[in-house]
Amino acid sequence: MRLSKLVGPLAAATIVMGLASSALAQQKTVKIGAVFPLSGNAASAGVHAKYAIEVALDIINNAHPELGDLPLAKNAGLAGLGGAKVEVEFADNQGSPATGQNQALRLITQEKVVALTGAYQSGITLTASAISEKYGIPFVNGESVAANLTERGFKWFFRTTPIATDFAKVYYDFLTEMKASGSKTDNIALVHDTTEYGASVAQTITAVFKEKGLSVAQDVAYTTNATDVQSQVLQLKEKKPDVVIMISYTSDAILFAKTMQALDYKPPMLLADDAGYSDPSFIKAVGKISEGAFNRSSWSTGPAGSPTAIIAKLYKEKSGDEMDDTAAREMQGFFVLVDAIDRAGSTEPAKIQAALKATDLKPGQLMMGYKGVKFDDKGQNTLASGLIIQLQDGENYVAVFPKANAEKPPMMPYKGW
Amino acid sequence: MSLVLVQVIVGGLLLGAVYALFSSGLTLVWGMMNVVNFAHGDFVMLGMYVAYVVYTLLGGGPLLGAPLATLLLATLGVIVYFGLIRDVMKGPMLAQILGTFGLALLLRYSVFWWFGANFLSLPGNLVGGTFDVFGIRIEASRLLAGVVALLVTLGLHLLLTRSTLGSRMLAVAEDSTAAQLMGIRPDTMQAIAWAIAAGATGLAGALIATFFYVVPTVGETLGIVAFVTVSLGGFGSVPGALAAGLLIGVIESLSGYLIGAVYKDMVVYALFLGFLWFRPQGLMGKT
Repeated sequence: MRLSKLVGPLAAATIVMGLASSALAQQKTVKIGAVFPLSGNAASAGVHAKYAIEVALDIINNAHPELGDLPLAKNAGLAGLGGAKVEVEFADNQGSPATGQNQALRLITQEKVVALTGAYQSGITLTASAISEKYGIPFVNGESVAANLTERGFKWFFRTTPIATDFAKVYYDFLTEMKASGSKTDNIALVHDTTEYGASVAQTITAVFKEKGLSVAQDVAYTTNATDVQSQVLQLKEKKPDVVIMISYTSDAILFAKTMQALDYKPPMLLADDAGYSDPSFIKAVGKISEGAFNRSSWSTGPAGSPTAIIAKLYKEKSGDEMDDTAAREMQGFFVLVDAIDRAGSTEPAKIQAALKATDLKPGQLMMGYKGVKFDDKGQNTLASGLIIQLQDGENYVAVFPKANAEKPPMMPYKGW
Repeated sequence: MSLVLVQVIVGGLLLGAVYALFSSGLTLVWGMMNVVNFAHGDFVMLGMYVAYVVYTLLGGGPLLGAPLATLLLATLGVIVYFGLIRDVMKGPMLAQILGTFGLALLLRYSVFWWFGANFLSLPGNLVGGTFDVFGIRIEASRLLAGVVALLVTLGLHLLLTRSTLGSRMLAVAEDSTAAQLMGIRPDTMQAIAWAIAAGATGLAGALIATFFYVVPTVGETLGIVAFVTVSLGGFGSVPGALAAGLLIGVIESLSGYLIGAVYKDMVVYALFLGFLWFRPQGLMGKT
């Protein structure tokens, strides 16, 4: 009986203390939610995304004057909010659109985050951002490229990465130049999974190429997390396309590389659309049998001592892996979001939204090789751009196109192993 | 054309042999104890990691990795039987399902925590690369897995049908109380069945690791196929699992090549359901 008498006051005291501490916390920290695939088959990408966000938090919450013009680096915390620190609540989407949506809901309603970022897979960004739209919470995405994400008339969704349409144009320009320098590029095959990412990127590339008078001769679709891809590789081997464009997540990309070697198939040119081919664990696992693979990127480490090289070093210390394009684009998206909160000087969603709309970052203020960050009415960054890189030695990608950014000339044909 | 088709069928047969190898442990436990081991895929995953560790730490190939994985997983099988299965078997069906499912998650996330989420891979030429037979490419690692699948199936079949131990195990499967009255210890028999099943699963994992990527969630990717193989083959029938594995492998390969990879799972599962409609006990299962 005595115990039950104690429970009431104790509970009350706990609630009061909880309220007091959360009120205090509200003054000192800004809480942002991040949804990533921390388990499931894309966990490798998700874990690297988490490292990237953690490095960004270090840069934001501590003074890093060595990073030059990068916003938020110079002083500790957010100057616009009296030096408030930023805190990130990570949530696991488990590689499932439904889980991603539930986690976004939890972060908004229970964790009371002021903004969201994530969710790696386009199909999950699609569902998670629908929740933030409903609740009027800003969602900044730095890495999902399915074009339709910014075609939904959303008011709270902003995206910093170049999208499938941008890359399709880069691919077209690249293929045109390769053709001019003597490579055959007429017969093109697309290999893609049937997820939101794979299907929509394949569709976009086909449409953009068609517009420019280039047709895709072969379309090889497969279900992601395949147990076997022999028949797909044999289809390619039989049709002998000049260029194979791979749109695959890591697990399938590794399986394709291994199967191509087993069946002794090398396309003259292999062009990958980021995703699996940028995953450091892809390079470690099968980089040595994928020599000469072209890939897209917006990230370049830059000369020693430059802000990008310093960020790359911080990332390597944290994760043990080299910074890859996907992690870097996620980090850039997060910086843009926090910069907007800093400028808004408030954690009110509407003010953050207004600040995001007013974003106008110059190349010198970015870690990525974009021409800037400025959002159109749909929330898409209009100044995003990318380049073509190549896995020449099987260990490190080097920039090969466009010429102005190239570290080395493109190597042809695809060497494989 | 025809050469490619032969290659497709050969690839399908090798793939099917791997499915069979992958499923033999599952069918044994299923048939012997009526326990569906949802952690089966994660047992395979552990076998793969054993092979990976053996290669990275000791530089050894499957010659060392496969026996070691068999031994370690067999031990784990016994531990799992006495620590978990023996007790949950007394409970309702749901307890068994949740018990082994919980075990699956425990194993998966332990590996996650220890090895991280990165995809790992053994070098492709660990088992003699690939050879060419009249223009047909055959991967030595898959061929090895296929041959071992045949041997394991044959071995398990002989053990169950021709040996005293097998007769005792089957007696326990049929009526454990009656078996006990005849002086057979059901506990010992079932522990042995778990050891054999888990050992075969570990062996499968170590061999699959020579041509497939290794990642904590790989059991999930390969797991569904194992369940389909076992139900198509007939619960508890080891030769049935072999026939079903080969059949699924070839159908997958052919439909993937002729119709398109997106449709291959649809074709396989449609045929699977259609077949079960006519013959619910599977290819070689008892009614």
